[in-house]
Amino acid sequence: MKSSVITFPGSNCDRDMDVALKKFGFKNKMVWHADTELPKSDLVVLPGGFSYGDYLRCGSMASKSKIMKSVINFANSGGMVMGICNGFQILVETGLVPGVLLRNKYLEFICKNVFVKINDKQNKYFKNVSSEVLEFHIAHNEGNYFCTDNQLKEIEDNNQIAIKYCDENGKIEDEFNPNGSIKNIAGIFNREKNVLGMMPHPERMIDKCLSGDDGSLFFKNLINNLK
Amino acid sequence: MIVNEQVAVDHGLKKDEYAKICELLKRTPNITELGIFSAMWNEHCSYKSSKLHLKKLPTKGKKVIQGPGENAGVIDIEDNDAIVFKIESHNHPSFIEPYQGAATGVGGIMRDVFTMGARPIANLNSIHFGSPQHKKTKNLLRGVVHGIGGYGNCMGVPTIAGQTSFDSSYNGNILVNAMTLGLVKKNKIFYSKAAGLNKPVIYVGSKTGRDGIHGASMASASFDEKIEEKKPTVQVGDPFTEKLLLEACLELMAGDSIIAIQDMGAAGLTSSSIEMASKGDLGIEINLNKVPCRETKMTPYEIMLSESQERMLIVLENGKEEQAKKIFDKWNLDFAVIGKTTKSKKIELYFDEEKVVDIPVNTLVENSPMYDRKWKKAKLPKKNKIKKEDIKHLKIIDVLKKILANPNICSKEWIWQQYDHTVMGDTIQKPGGDAGVVRVHGTDKAIAASVDSSAVYCWAHPLTGGKQVVCESFRNLISVGSKPIAITNCLNFGSPENEENMGEFVECVQGIGEASDYLKFPVVSGNVSFYNQTKEEGIKPTPAIGGVGLIKDYKKMITMEFKEVDNLVLVIGKTEGHIDQSLFARTILDEKNGPPPEVNLFNEKNNGETLLKLIDNNLIKSAHDVSLGGIITAVAKMCIKGEKGINIKKPKYLINEIEYFFAEDQSRYIIEINKKDFKKVADILNKNAVHYDELGTITENELYINDKTKVTIDELSTSNKSWLNNYMGK
Repeated sequence: MKSSVITFPGSNCDRDMDVALKKFGFKNKMVWHADTELPKSDLVVLPGGFSYGDYLRCGSMASKSKIMKSVINFANSGGMVMGICNGFQILVETGLVPGVLLRNKYLEFICKNVFVKINDKQNKYFKNVSSEVLEFHIAHNEGNYFCTDNQLKEIEDNNQIAIKYCDENGKIEDEFNPNGSIKNIAGIFNREKNVLGMMPHPERMIDKCLSGDDGSLFFKNLINNLK
Repeated sequence: MIVNEQVAVDHGLKKDEYAKICELLKRTPNITELGIFSAMWNEHCSYKSSKLHLKKLPTKGKKVIQGPGENAGVIDIEDNDAIVFKIESHNHPSFIEPYQGAATGVGGIMRDVFTMGARPIANLNSIHFGSPQHKKTKNLLRGVVHGIGGYGNCMGVPTIAGQTSFDSSYNGNILVNAMTLGLVKKNKIFYSKAAGLNKPVIYVGSKTGRDGIHGASMASASFDEKIEEKKPTVQVGDPFTEKLLLEACLELMAGDSIIAIQDMGAAGLTSSSIEMASKGDLGIEINLNKVPCRETKMTPYEIMLSESQERMLIVLENGKEEQAKKIFDKWNLDFAVIGKTTKSKKIELYFDEEKVVDIPVNTLVENSPMYDRKWKKAKLPKKNKIKKEDIKHLKIIDVLKKILANPNICSKEWIWQQYDHTVMGDTIQKPGGDAGVVRVHGTDKAIAASVDSSAVYCWAHPLTGGKQVVCESFRNLISVGSKPIAITNCLNFGSPENEENMGEFVECVQGIGEASDYLKFPVVSGNVSFYNQTKEEGIKPTPAIGGVGLIKDYKKMITMEFKEVDNLVLVIGKTEGHIDQSLFARTILDEKNGPPPEVNLFNEKNNGETLLKLIDNNLIKSAHDVSLGGIITAVAKMCIKGEKGINIKKPKYLINEIEYFFAEDQSRYIIEINKKDFKKVADILNKNAVHYDELGTITENELYINDKTKVTIDELSTSNKSWLNNYMGK
């Protein structure tokens, strides 16, 4: 399986994603933001970081960068595109997934482990994942997902919510919501579910000695689903 | 502007220093030259009050590749890998403007590390605030934490450990010390020594603006009521540009075009160009019209003294300019050839085709003033006798709960959750333990780092306090299973012109030197911050020690949380019952006098090295050093982190329960071992003449003392975790 990770100026989880993808069998290529063509890929990842400094709305500059035209075309033709953290913010800015990401409820950066409940398994990202609840890791300042009532109805009707913040048993309550996201949303799909944006970093959860190992579960499953 | 003695005094120079400048130049300096002298001769850049004493520190060792004198120290961690590290203060600016002050402190220290060719792999910090009740404390704390996070998070470097304290002596002068570790190949280390004639001098990074002018001079003076006016001397940080600068520099460093490289930190273009020339015994000629400027009509004076951030100066090999420029263009950074190296041994600056500065380099560096300041030796205070009636009504559990909730002991999760501590995917021990640990990417090795200070002990007796801080750093590194290698120090003190403050400095440095010499734990880098005082009121002496250790196999790392019910808990090291200057004495008895706990370097080394042997033999399940709050506090924290209980019995000593549980005697650790290993462990401890107590057995969820009093771990956890959240209104 071939993957591509886009490096924007200010990306800082690009290496981590490269390490994770390779660990689970992807042949990964790093792609520079100023390039115009994507290499042939089965998966394109927009990694975490602070693209272009994120001095404007997070992800807004990156969404207009040269490579993104190809990424958008790739997504619109059914290609798998995953945006993690800043990558999610970029996806939102391109309109590939609905909604916006506001500053966290307490206006503070949060770095910690969270649990997420998989809301939909009818897609290549989570199909066959052996667990309903995953322990993931978040590290962000703007992860407070928000959308209009109409949008919410639409994404709920289409089952576009990918994962929700919950406790270790999968209970979804306000108290397990780290950033104030509407409906505890931690990640969403586009309508066709080939594009996934999520705040948690599975690439930081690929070894028991790190924050945990549930990222391994995610990546192993992902590559199998793509085969 | 005509330069005279008054102008020089306004620049922070003393009258005799000004006379010396005129004598060295054999003429009156012009205003730009005076600015350059004031920047190079201030305390922050010249170390004029500290140099004499810093020379006494042990700086050499088998593992030391580079000691003090470069941008950062470098140590060998084998297999052609090396760690570059340093700690630096950003105290004065952080008090004036906490967000930018702290942010640029973090940015500055990271630049020091990647200037040497190393990719930063971990950040740490030591931050100290006034009393929680003081009206400024809350905002300063919030601003500093946001600033540290804002910069480090954007750079994508994990912040893995730190230290926060509160004490009213910091009411008017907070401390913000930032430390960075970087990883480099031993054969790819870059230095700041220029070499060769007519080599191009290159400016890269951000443009120069009018921010931070005279920042270093500001940091070399006490505060007074006009402090608000000093805001323009605080630099403004741009972590995004620094991230680009990091990547661009590392890309250029992969080739062989760099002769020397130096970041523009304190005193900006002035100190960077002069240091490179001085180390290379060369001259430098710069055309200031070529310096990329952010604002129009900047004068030579402003260009030379600006402390705009995210800039570097590079001496390149001839003919490599185009190749280098391509890299900086790719990263959208300014790149300008601004001058060349010369044989004149002078710094010669041109502006609008006129020579505006002409100073021999040695007058700025070797001939800079050095003072043997008067200092007063501190007496060892008399020991207090605890009166029975003062403690007989105290209940251990109540006292423990109070201590766990004390601002200086309580959980600092509110702080470190705002720092990205997991980016780069190698953090195997997060903040909240004895030391932070990161793997050396792609290897089995890991690096442990901790930062410590004990201002109260240093204040009570500087010599003992200085020794103690080094020992505590040593212990923290051993507690996670690493072999301590070297330290960096950040020496925060009041005014060197005050004999008592100077005495605190001299004796703390002596203590640091003695301990690091004995423990073979040399000082490889550091920084001095004097004048942490407002009018006549100075801070408690606060040397911060950043220690670095190596774990050869990261799977052998130890953490502090209790692991398994029924395991045995031992105390390593002897408890004499030293209560003076303990958290217990200061907060429960309100007794502020007396000597700090004695430091016995033999025991420190012996106990630590023996524990490392136990760890190496896979006999240790968890370990934690005993420090503030004594044995019971250490044990409670291990319970809270491991969500386990313990059944404790005080050994039959002559000292009473309070003394046993709350004393802050040194060289002690709490360890958890499997019952079946007890004999093996006891044998090794006995063979090495290490004293130990059998303290108790791990249980489900209660702390139970001497079969008579108990408390649930949940309750202790709440005491420990609520104070800071409540204080910050979360």
